[in-house]
Amino acid sequence: MSQSYNRGLIEDFGRWKEFSAGMWAWIFHKFTGWMLIGYLFTHIAVLSSAIAAADGQTMMLAGEQVDAYTGTLQGLESLFIVRVLEVGLLAVAVFHILNGVRLLMVDLGVGLTAQDKSFYASLVLTGVITVASVPTFMAGVGL
Amino acid sequence: MSTQQQEPESQESPQDPEMKGTESPQQRRLKEKQEGMVDEHAEDEAEAAGETVHIKVFRYDPEVADKQEPRFDDFHVPFEKGMTVLDAVMYARDEFDSSLTFRHSCRQAVCGSDAFFVNGSQMLGCKTQLSELEQPVRIEPLPHQEVVKDLVVDMDHFYDQMHAVEPYFQDEETPDASDLEEQRQTPENREKIKMSSRCIWCGACMSSCNIAAGDNEYLGPAAINKAYKFAMDDRESEEIKEHRLRILEQEHGVWRCQTQFSCTEVCPKDIPLTEHIQELKREAVKKNLKFW
Repeated sequence: MSQSYNRGLIEDFGRWKEFSAGMWAWIFHKFTGWMLIGYLFTHIAVLSSAIAAADGQTMMLAGEQVDAYTGTLQGLESLFIVRVLEVGLLAVAVFHILNGVRLLMVDLGVGLTAQDKSFYASLVLTGVITVASVPTFMAGVGL
Repeated sequence: MSTQQQEPESQESPQDPEMKGTESPQQRRLKEKQEGMVDEHAEDEAEAAGETVHIKVFRYDPEVADKQEPRFDDFHVPFEKGMTVLDAVMYARDEFDSSLTFRHSCRQAVCGSDAFFVNGSQMLGCKTQLSELEQPVRIEPLPHQEVVKDLVVDMDHFYDQMHAVEPYFQDEETPDASDLEEQRQTPENREKIKMSSRCIWCGACMSSCNIAAGDNEYLGPAAINKAYKFAMDDRESEEIKEHRLRILEQEHGVWRCQTQFSCTEVCPKDIPLTEHIQELKREAVKKNLKFW
């Protein structure tokens, strides 16, 4: 055979409807992992306003003179979109933790035959915890 | 499942005295089927009645100018109870297009030559019942391997990976031939490696593995499973087990597995591939752990 045909990356993302539980777990774990890394930088940026506050920097928030750290945090928390993103962050973190525990079990060779069920369980639990957190995260913020 | 098997039945039946006059449902179906094959227009009706199976087969032939562009061919194969995917493509080849090319041999899930990509999943053609599949049944060659012709893929890379793990029994302390001594294995140890020894080298797992698709050097599930079979065999000495683990613990060895379970999912012999890979990971860690 002088020639052959390379079908390229078929079965890769175009066939997402045919993915099995283990594959989805892998994709979600990667995705949530990158989200958490991205959040880490935001987190550092927001918290670093404490350095400015320590230097005595102040800012105006709702007509009041507050230090830079308090002003930054209270300013962000008063935004509806930030509250929504916080719920999203919780969902991402909870899934990553639960699936991480699942992967730990897989690494230890415990319950490998139930790996799909444990993935669904971590999804459901993530959903429940996220929904339960909404009243707390959304308290005292208007649209 | 070709017409050759049907013919004797239809010839004998009228001679059977008991069956004369009355038409069994089987005969009626057979007659309908044959009429359907003659009459092109009856095709759709027959399909609606579940009498034929619509299969879409991937076609590619580098040696014919018009077939160099890959395409799908449709075949309407008369359905028989118990018909497998392999039976359907064999019927299509025997009755409709003799140029349709695919590998097959034993037809009973032992030789491992007819792994296809059926409706988006790697399966053994001879082990997959058509009745369990959604129609039209899409039959393609295994993904992530070069297509040589139609459903035939280039298996060289797969075999290279299989050989890379030295898939043969090695023992320095082979008993003297004059003693005629057997190398016995304990039943417990045999049980441990039982599932791993079922591999038929069909390549379905390797084709389903997302990591193997992106990393050509990755040993792949089949090769690691093969290594497991020998590494876990108590009859091999500790040095040889260490030598095997040295091959497996390299960058493109067991650590590439990201436990997507795709291989375990598609394995036609139900080998717990991910479990074996994970166990070898633990063995590799144990080998390198030192407390002092």
